[in-house]
Amino acid sequence: MLDFIIYALIAGLSVAIVAGPLGAFVVWRRMAYFGDTLAHSALLGIALGILFDINLSLAVVLCCVALALGLVAMQRQHWIATDTLLGIMAHSALSLGLVAISLLDNVRIDLQAYLFGDLLAITPEDLKWILLGGIAVLAAIYWLWKPLLAITINEELAQVEGIQVARYRLALMLLIAMVIAGAMKLVGVLLITSLLIMPAAAARRMSATPEQMAIFASMLGSVAVVGGIALSWFADTPAGPSVVVCALVIFLLIFFAPRPRA
Amino acid sequence: MSNPDLARLDGVSLRFGNKSVLNNVNLPLHNDCITTLIGPNGAGKSSLVKVLLGLVKPTEGTVWTKPSLRIGYMPQKIQIDRTLPLTVKRFLQIPHGYNQNDIEAALASVGAEHLVDYSIHDLSGGEMQRTLLARALLRNPDLLVLDEPVQGVDINGQTELYRLITDIRKERKCGVLMISHDLHLVMSSTDHVVCLNKHVCCSGHPEAVSADPAYIELFGASHASTLALYNHHHNHSHDMHGNVVEGDCCGGDHA
Repeated sequence: MLDFIIYALIAGLSVAIVAGPLGAFVVWRRMAYFGDTLAHSALLGIALGILFDINLSLAVVLCCVALALGLVAMQRQHWIATDTLLGIMAHSALSLGLVAISLLDNVRIDLQAYLFGDLLAITPEDLKWILLGGIAVLAAIYWLWKPLLAITINEELAQVEGIQVARYRLALMLLIAMVIAGAMKLVGVLLITSLLIMPAAAARRMSATPEQMAIFASMLGSVAVVGGIALSWFADTPAGPSVVVCALVIFLLIFFAPRPRA
Repeated sequence: MSNPDLARLDGVSLRFGNKSVLNNVNLPLHNDCITTLIGPNGAGKSSLVKVLLGLVKPTEGTVWTKPSLRIGYMPQKIQIDRTLPLTVKRFLQIPHGYNQNDIEAALASVGAEHLVDYSIHDLSGGEMQRTLLARALLRNPDLLVLDEPVQGVDINGQTELYRLITDIRKERKCGVLMISHDLHLVMSSTDHVVCLNKHVCCSGHPEAVSADPAYIELFGASHASTLALYNHHHNHSHDMHGNVVEGDCCGGDHA
């Protein structure tokens, strides 16, 4: 009876927990715009997934990774700055996705659901993938935590100290791509980055170590998910944007809270 | 220089597109010896260090390092985003998980033991440089590579840092390669000077280099402050007169 709200809660909490530590990396490494670009390309992944009839989450991950690799290759040239490049890629990927979906004659797609999320339409099958993916990403973050932190502090130092920087940077991109595939159901491609960066940014003020910041980000993200779903339930608002609005309220509360006296 | 070699650059050239950054540079680095790299802005000092560290692949030439050479690297400056909460202790721990004793010993050896619980974002220029030096020392290096170790440090602090580097070398008998803007400051704490301006202009004992016409041409008689102005035209003039003074000054290094 209330199955769909339980599914929505479990899926939302899984994504929020995983997004905490990854969002922290996105904030520390100033990758917000990069995350946005990957998220925009998710829609292209959906279109290609339908076209080639493969699992849509897998298609999104593959598309994000392909875009990330393309970006790394493009960064080797020096005549266009990275932020311009990201802007070109983000909007091209989104537009290509929209055009491709409109060309798929036989398929009716609820575009709104992909752009802004449709948390309350999550099926048990979706849930299974989100949970499995979430556990895999969390395990990977735990395992890669130290080298990821080392390349975040300084890539050259890490390289000289024997860390394979390129490999870990790629791993981080892959993990972000997986979270985007999961979060798309929750808040949609246009709002995913907010779920990564807002809880992490809010967690900064209450954290004294990187680990604390990652854990607090997961917790604040979870609160935002529960609050957003509650808002959606009681006020009949769209679930994805409601979650983001809750994250904003949390961020503002913490940002403007009086500084505790040490 | 009878000490065993730690590392060697042989005929290293580096180009980015059409821009030549390094041109046929030979540089041996020895145990228990401080080599100082001087040269004007844009002379390729940092690039040379990056080639040595394996961060940048040379366009031509080879980099040889002693097998299992441990390098401690102190970058020019590092920027850590303020959103990353990090204490000095944690900064030194990552990624190899050194224990508390090692970390305190490394900080003590650079005179910065009181900083252990500071946030990395609250350090002054000099404190940051000491912390970076401590991190390089934690690896117990055979070769210390210091890119402008006194950057952002006031003049008293600079003298102190150079003395610290000299002491570290005496104590550990390791090789040191450092980059500096100013020969006069490092004169007393260096054994070997290499004057770089895309190619090696001259090299040798500090006194010999400071009297070398190529050096004087590069820096002016005592006008270290005007060195940026000298960036280009000297290249042509001293390609023509290949003065050889003590050391291997202006020898066959030119292309």
